[in-house]
Amino acid sequence: MARNVSTGTKIGFTFAAWAIALLLFSPILWVLLTAFKTEAEAIANSPTFLPQNFTLENFSAVQDRSDYVKHATNSILVSVGSTLLGLAIGIPAAWAMAFAPTKRTKDVLMWMLSTKMMPAVGVLIPIYLIFRDLRLLDTVHGLTLIMTVINLPIIIWMLYTYFKEIPVDILEAARMDGAELYNEIVHVLVPMAVPGIASTLLLNVILAWNEAFWSITLTSGRAGTLTAFISSFSSPQGLFLAKLSAASLLAIAPILLMGWFSQKQLVRGLTFGAVK
Amino acid sequence: MKLTPILVGAFTLALAASASAQTLTIATVNNGDMIRMQGLSTAFTEETGIELNWVVLEENTLRQNVTTDIATNGGQYDVMTIGTYEAPIWAKQGWLAPLDGLSADAEYDVDDLLPAIRDGLSVDGKLYAAPFYGESSMVMYRKDLMEKAGLTMPDAPTWEFIGEAARAMTDRDNDINGICLRGKAGWGENMAFLTAMSNSFGARWFDETWTPQFNTPEWKNTLDTYLSLMADAGPSGASSNGFNENLTLFQQGKCGMWIDATVAASFVTGADSTVADQVGFALAPDNGLGKRGNWLWAWSLAIPNSSQNKEAAEQFIDWATNKEYLATVAAAEGWANVPPGTRTSLYENAEYQAAAPFAKMTLDSINAANPSEPTVQPVPYVGVQFVAIPEFAGIATNVGQLFSAALAQAQDATTRDMTRAGYIK
Repeated sequence: MARNVSTGTKIGFTFAAWAIALLLFSPILWVLLTAFKTEAEAIANSPTFLPQNFTLENFSAVQDRSDYVKHATNSILVSVGSTLLGLAIGIPAAWAMAFAPTKRTKDVLMWMLSTKMMPAVGVLIPIYLIFRDLRLLDTVHGLTLIMTVINLPIIIWMLYTYFKEIPVDILEAARMDGAELYNEIVHVLVPMAVPGIASTLLLNVILAWNEAFWSITLTSGRAGTLTAFISSFSSPQGLFLAKLSAASLLAIAPILLMGWFSQKQLVRGLTFGAVK
Repeated sequence: MKLTPILVGAFTLALAASASAQTLTIATVNNGDMIRMQGLSTAFTEETGIELNWVVLEENTLRQNVTTDIATNGGQYDVMTIGTYEAPIWAKQGWLAPLDGLSADAEYDVDDLLPAIRDGLSVDGKLYAAPFYGESSMVMYRKDLMEKAGLTMPDAPTWEFIGEAARAMTDRDNDINGICLRGKAGWGENMAFLTAMSNSFGARWFDETWTPQFNTPEWKNTLDTYLSLMADAGPSGASSNGFNENLTLFQQGKCGMWIDATVAASFVTGADSTVADQVGFALAPDNGLGKRGNWLWAWSLAIPNSSQNKEAAEQFIDWATNKEYLATVAAAEGWANVPPGTRTSLYENAEYQAAAPFAKMTLDSINAANPSEPTVQPVPYVGVQFVAIPEFAGIATNVGQLFSAALAQAQDATTRDMTRAGYIK
């Protein structure tokens, strides 16, 4: 039975929800507005909310100084590539952990998660040396590889959680009908776990898209992603604030749109199995 | 159809293409002068056929990236932008290629480089990095407030005069602080200022046996002077003020004096400053001990030994740091926008002197610094506002936090007592 909620409460909650949403969105809104201001207006001591001298100059200046298309292409290749590679490894791994666990499975899961607890800079030198010797520095495939490895624990954990929700009886029935392991995973398990796999995919694309530390450290111009692109406009002296905002807007626009259009899928996947 | 000639032809073409399309990867810092260089560099590519791949980064990120690359012999970069802190350390480690070609080139005229800057970038007489722009620190002050206080700023003030003037100029009711100094913790923030200041008090970081010298009277005098000056005449919240915060305060007319980087001169006299026509300049103060409290810094271009394109890299550094480059910038953007602080000839140029009224004071400040003999007593290290050893950044960041906390405590305690006594309502 639905709970009785008074109109006043409804209005109150709606107002609070909008206020929180606006508060969370305000930094992006500020970036959006600053991108269309002149540099002088952007660093003015008493800042204006709306651009007084609306300009698109920052966008052309950003493109003149740095190649947006090249960086965006690298971002797409690295984020999508690393996620697909991660899923290719993660789906069989999660299957094994969910449906054929050993007594050490839980420990392995915890160990994988523990790798995320180490600050990235802690392994900077060894990774840099490996990349140097394998000639992976400043390459898109090198960056894809490191991004896969970084996000693999999250991919496996998410998939493991989704797979645990699927009744093992269905897989056993498929086996009884003569399905081999490959068919069991690809034709039975994966179609049932599509919402979970989709949200894993979306979340990892976002994580890889926003990753900055390795993208900046392991590249020097050719394989740089959009995070490296933004970084080249950041300055501690507060110079080029409008250009930094224009660069940031260009960098977050694709992923923001993707998140916007797939939010239903994302929320459905993330809450998958939350209510039994 | 015979394939061999086609294959040979294709191979030759590919070789020719790879030979002609030499590309240099240049790591540089994101500031106005460097961005201007990037913009003008198409002329270099047209002239030499050498393509340039730019990696422009914020100072701290740049430092982390180039340090990782050079320490691991990574070879990602052909030209690196480094400071006077890194240059001697990396050169001694054998990580940098000496710029012998430039040193021997009469047209480049290495003797035209300002001696203090050149010394800071050389090891055993060999130049390892070419300065792109250099800076020191000096006193920037408000002529109107000084006059109101009944004082006249000498060209070379003492700390005693600075203290007297700061207290006389302070007008808490009108939100005017006699002096604004760096308080924000960091080896490049408060420690740059305090180390340079301590030199003029005769203090040193280490004696000849590398024993720390913080328990000496010279350091005590430095800190006593700094803390009492900031408590009596500094802005509130000074312990979190760095270059940017003080620049804003000065531009808003809230500081009587500000001792900081010479590059700030063009900002405090620029369009964003509300006190632009009232700013005067003087050398950083001294205590009559023969050393002034000013620092020395230069962003410079160097070639890592791991680069495969050393010859082309030296060609680029030549282009970016020679006399012609200064003329190119002047022609494109005016003399006021020429990167300062590297060449004697620039300061002899009448057009530059006319465009930059603070030119003489900048030159005198740079010349007053000596990285090899930074303070009164002998030291085992090189560096004016730093100690050129790899450990310094970590050590000075820790010490900087302690000094910053001391400043915050001094401010709080004084404010409490002054409020209790009724001076602050």
